[in-house]
Amino acid sequence: MDKDDNTLSLVLCSGTDDRLTGAAVLVVGAAVMERKVEILLQFWALDAFRADRITKDHGVSEEAGPEGRAAWERHDGQHWSELLRQSKELGDVAIHACSLSMDMLDITQDDLDPLVDDIRGVAAFLGSADGGITFV
Amino acid sequence: MTQVEEVTRSIDARGMPCPGPLMNLIAAIREGTVGDVIEVLSTDAGSLTDIPAWVAKASHELVAVNDHDGSTSFVVRKMR
Repeated sequence: MDKDDNTLSLVLCSGTDDRLTGAAVLVVGAAVMERKVEILLQFWALDAFRADRITKDHGVSEEAGPEGRAAWERHDGQHWSELLRQSKELGDVAIHACSLSMDMLDITQDDLDPLVDDIRGVAAFLGSADGGITFV
Repeated sequence: MTQVEEVTRSIDARGMPCPGPLMNLIAAIREGTVGDVIEVLSTDAGSLTDIPAWVAKASHELVAVNDHDGSTSFVVRKMR
């Protein structure tokens, strides 16, 4: 068994609140169960981490449909950004911004919420993200 | 149902969705001192598996799990 096979490696691409919340719940679970977590933020997920809009409404996936959206809006769980903040406090969780996506959105790290640790190229991310990648 | 443990702190997390009750328990354990007995009340079905799994992983002691009317109480002793 690889020494790092316990790492949860996530690539977040979708920027809707439902998918980000699903991912954040996985992260919090991994963090409290003492699994290392490596996250790479791409495209719309990265956009959702912009400091000026992280807690704004990012919508839900189209597949939710009207009933799913209504159920989502009734649900009063914690915001995904708060779950991630708790995860970082409780465990070993690193959140990286994909440099390609930074270029595309034309932003710098100053535009991002402090939850984001740094900017990574994909090779560097893969170097730290052993154990298979989950893409959301 | 007998409960001989003296509860140091009780948390009412009923109505909170997963992973709220677990997170409240973890916060209380972190704030407490070794030997404290924390009780958390939950209506979240996920707590039935999450809380015992976390307590075992974090090397604390699950003293009791009691079913109440529509909720479950988890009694945990902080061991370290």
